[in-house]
Amino acid sequence: MEDLISALVVFVLAAFVGFEVINKVPPTLHTPLMSGSNAISGIAVLGALLVSGTGNVTLSSVLGVIAIIMATINVVGGFLVTDRMLQMFKKKEARS
Amino acid sequence: MNDFLPSSIQISYLIAASLFIFGLKQMSSPATARRGNLLGAIGMLIAIIATLLDRSIVSYELIILGTVVGAALGAVMAYKVEMTAMPQMVGLLNGLGGGASTLVAVAEFWRLRSAGEAIALDSIITIILSVLIGGVTLTGSAIAFAKLQELITGAPIIFPFQRGVSIGLLIGFLVGSAYLILDPQNLTAFLAMVAISLILGVLFTNPIGGADMPVAISLLNSFSGLAASAAGFVLMNNMLIIAGALVGASGIILTEIMCKAMNRSLTNVLFTAFSKAKTASIGSGDSVTPKVTHSVDAEEAAMMLGYARSVVIVPGYGMAVAQAQHAVRELADQLERLGVDVKYAIHPVAGRMPGHMNVLLAEANVPYTQLYDMDDINPEFDHTDVALVIGANDVVNPAARHDTNSPIYGMPILEVDKAHHTIVIKRSMNAGFSGVDNELFYKDKTLMLFGSAKDVVTQLVSSVKELT
Repeated sequence: MEDLISALVVFVLAAFVGFEVINKVPPTLHTPLMSGSNAISGIAVLGALLVSGTGNVTLSSVLGVIAIIMATINVVGGFLVTDRMLQMFKKKEARS
Repeated sequence: MNDFLPSSIQISYLIAASLFIFGLKQMSSPATARRGNLLGAIGMLIAIIATLLDRSIVSYELIILGTVVGAALGAVMAYKVEMTAMPQMVGLLNGLGGGASTLVAVAEFWRLRSAGEAIALDSIITIILSVLIGGVTLTGSAIAFAKLQELITGAPIIFPFQRGVSIGLLIGFLVGSAYLILDPQNLTAFLAMVAISLILGVLFTNPIGGADMPVAISLLNSFSGLAASAAGFVLMNNMLIIAGALVGASGIILTEIMCKAMNRSLTNVLFTAFSKAKTASIGSGDSVTPKVTHSVDAEEAAMMLGYARSVVIVPGYGMAVAQAQHAVRELADQLERLGVDVKYAIHPVAGRMPGHMNVLLAEANVPYTQLYDMDDINPEFDHTDVALVIGANDVVNPAARHDTNSPIYGMPILEVDKAHHTIVIKRSMNAGFSGVDNELFYKDKTLMLFGSAKDVVTQLVSSVKELT
């Protein structure tokens, strides 16, 4: 139970930090913010790594691999598409 | 030395979490946002490498297989996706994140169960939560994706006793939880709960109509973060908890912004199908003003724009659907050549997700310094010569300010009617997305320019080109 409470503390504090930081993001960047934070939610990949690398092939490790695939799509797709969008935001193009 | 590995993993997690926070912070300006995103990616890489050092991971074959397949699919998606399809893409990614979190919880349950040891109370509670949030995120996002991709109808899907069924399922889930807490080995109860949470996700998104999708997507974004956090509780992994909490917070903020922009509460969006609530009030406010519109042709409109001092362009999703954003940018270029001050006014719900319109315009090379948010541009309409509305309707309807009978009453709008002249490019006089008539079109200083956005804007460009 003690573990659970300290984890809860971490969760609540992190949520406060999230609110503070993200409140300052201007509407112009809301879509990239969303896809970028989306990529971060692919952090579940860590959990997937932990459950699938146990060495013996069990139902757990099979589920784990599926989870790795899903989460990696989430991470890689999320960060790349965000980058693709952000590079389009320019101050003023050089007119020819 | 024994502690060295675990503590170095923890320290790496701390670094990764800090990089996430720094990265998100840099998202607050377009100038630094790209670097911010890169920092986030580096943080993720550090977290992944650190995790691979964990002692419980002894075999890498499956891991390599999973990451290679996932990375390849993700990269292809990221490079192929059209910018207009961003909402679907984000919806899909949300679902995958949520799905991954659920699978982690299920796999962990299975592992604990097969190990034959007693499962601790806090483990079982966190597993239950994780399955619920992750499951709802997975199928909820899948439905949102299907709606946005138009695989299924975008209209709210409602069947009799829907709410009753949802509540029944929720109760079923609670009963299942109680069972599982009393008897953690009970596989039937567990599987039933997984199934219920998946069905709940479908029921959650089904009644949400196309126009409300920005809210649904933002909320599911938040859920995908919370799902990751929940999985973190299951594994007692701080990294997952922190990252998930950050994303959860971001999703909630965006949800709130979207709700505010539509002047509706979250419960209203989730539980009332929009069209239903409003059909009653349409038609009541008619016949007050004689319905006369003034139309204008492209040449005359081009003259008005070309000889104006300031022009504010108000793009709506109709412009994006017509793929007119490049033509619009060209028009703005031509106007600037004539010395006209050109700005874009972006309503928060102009696209299909928060900030969508900005991305679409950025893709057409519109510099972000010309894009103005609603609050910044509204005071400027008073001294704007021409407001050019392209494919937007409800977000410029003045009825939102004064007509208490209007279904959109109270919704913040772009006050284009305050400009000296307003030109509205519109396909026909059909009512907009919400089915509400727009009194803006009947005002004396409003000029209607009928035609498809792309054709009309292209004509405007060539006419403006002839002006000197």
